[in-house]
Amino acid sequence: MAISEVTVRDAELLAIEEINAAGGVLGKKLEPVVEDGASDWPTFAEKATKLIAQDKVATVFGGWTSASRKAMLPVFEKRKALLWYPVQYEGLESSPYIFYTGATTNQQIVPGLDYLKEQGKKKLFLVGSDYVFPRTANKIIKAYAAANGMEVLGEEYTPLGHTEYSTLVNKVVEAKPDAVFNTLNGDSNVAFFKQLKSAGIGADKMPVMSVSVAEEEVKGIGIDNVAGHLVAWNYYQTTETPENEKFVAAFKAKYGADKVTSDPMEAGYNAVHLWAEAVKKAGSTDVEAVKKAAGGVSLDRPEGKVTIDGENQHVYKTARIGVIQPDGQIKEVWNSGEPIKPDPYLKTYAWAGGLV
Amino acid sequence: MEGMVNQLPIGLSIGAVLLLIALGLTFTFGQMGVINMAHGEFIMAGAYTAYLLQGVGFLVALPVAFVVAGVMGLILERTLIRRFYGRPLDTLLLTWGVSLILQQLARDLFGAPNVQVASPEWLRGGLGILPYNRLFIMGLAAASVVGIWAYMNRTGQGRRMRAVMQNRRLAATSGIDTGRVDQRTFFIGSGLAGVAGVALTLIGPVGPTLGTYYIVDAFLVVVAGGLGQLRGAVLAAIGLGLLNSYAEFWSDASLAKVAVLVAIIGFLQIRPQGLFFVRSRALT
Repeated sequence: MAISEVTVRDAELLAIEEINAAGGVLGKKLEPVVEDGASDWPTFAEKATKLIAQDKVATVFGGWTSASRKAMLPVFEKRKALLWYPVQYEGLESSPYIFYTGATTNQQIVPGLDYLKEQGKKKLFLVGSDYVFPRTANKIIKAYAAANGMEVLGEEYTPLGHTEYSTLVNKVVEAKPDAVFNTLNGDSNVAFFKQLKSAGIGADKMPVMSVSVAEEEVKGIGIDNVAGHLVAWNYYQTTETPENEKFVAAFKAKYGADKVTSDPMEAGYNAVHLWAEAVKKAGSTDVEAVKKAAGGVSLDRPEGKVTIDGENQHVYKTARIGVIQPDGQIKEVWNSGEPIKPDPYLKTYAWAGGLV
Repeated sequence: MEGMVNQLPIGLSIGAVLLLIALGLTFTFGQMGVINMAHGEFIMAGAYTAYLLQGVGFLVALPVAFVVAGVMGLILERTLIRRFYGRPLDTLLLTWGVSLILQQLARDLFGAPNVQVASPEWLRGGLGILPYNRLFIMGLAAASVVGIWAYMNRTGQGRRMRAVMQNRRLAATSGIDTGRVDQRTFFIGSGLAGVAGVALTLIGPVGPTLGTYYIVDAFLVVVAGGLGQLRGAVLAAIGLGLLNSYAEFWSDASLAKVAVLVAIIGFLQIRPQGLFFVRSRALT
């Protein structure tokens, strides 16, 4: 498991512990079986098969990159098993055997663009890793920009794990955008922000809006390099809800006071609780029964109220834009006011007509 | 146009990074023929050394990282690699295994997330398009090359090292303790990886998988430059850096990678032994 998957697992284990401490589900304790997808897509599919066929688990929580989810999707559909996927992703998917507890595009990317537009940032430069999430996200961004009088000055992709950004930074500098929309994945963010900063470009001149940089990554990038830049998520460690206070305290108590919580962790943590709630409602862990019962299940979670949309098996989530602070935490500067209905195919947006 | 002009120093600085990560390999791979997949993890060890020595000073980290990574290399050579000389494929698998173990060790010691290594004050800012930290890396690469050149051409140890490289058996019959030369070569080669690791903290991530990002590029430079050839490595690194810089400027990063690989494959068709090679009568 790479950097971020480990902490999502930890958050899920915490949720299982909490549920068991409260008496379990349907009078039974939950028993976790942990498998490692090793950031390798075929391994994800293989381990998913093992969990379903050999361990006969009631449900699976996991997956990280979109590629890992796409690799597991046929396994779950074929075996009619259930996967809870905790990461924000590029949308345009709605498998009957997957519940998506992270944001789809209209709950993260579109609000991020709304915010930039509101701030008068009209010229964008798109930077992303070369795989399915950034490419799809950028298609959506370009459609949005075209419909909203914004201009996309450049669109650049780098291979996963790329660490040499001097040329790209040079291209960005030359294009002089008002803001950069960043969909880089993982460690590339570290190299990108370090090299952007040392080229003398700070958040005041050219803010970068990131959708894959959360509390956990900030320190590794170097707070100095990334402070002041923008992020779009549905949850921050600083989000002010009573449930979050409890979540942060419980997480720190279990894993250490220096640990931070982040959006994917919270979405994983929510997934376990949402599943348990659906099982209680269904009175069974049977996949079809749980699926049927899940629609409309609603809980107050650290990010606020979340409700499962029975139709597309995504979750209503509140969008939040944040600014990275000098202490490494993220301060919310804008939110959508209420949970946004998930719309993975962007059917309710006129400008997205040509995309799907 | 300005961007295109800027790509020249950028290309040179990419070349400097490539050279720095590949220098150690010109010793261990180039001279000894050991395909050391754990070379990247020695780079990582250097980067973590810089992380641990943050309070003490960035420049102090350079020699310390050299020794740390060098000793790691020495241990690897003494305990494992020397049992596999002349069996390159086995060494490849062996050192790949070692690299996985070292990555996991780093994960256990420092945690899976990247750690924060702040650039020293005096490396913030820049000259034109090139930040000071890039200039520093270029200077460090140049200094390393000069140092190695002097060592190989101006010292007795260096002379013995070249003798063993050119003809191991003849060197042995002439009374050179080839085992000791191997140890020393491996120490220096691995140590240079550590130095590279310290420099890379300025521009890249510092985490358990750091080595995996650089290992392939390092091998490419050594192969293109010619095994064990210092000037070959220098020219290959600069050439690949410039090619990378301009190819990416005119297309994108993925295509630039393709261009570099195609160029190397094409080049090796014409010169299978790389830019430079030593003609010798050795059978191997």
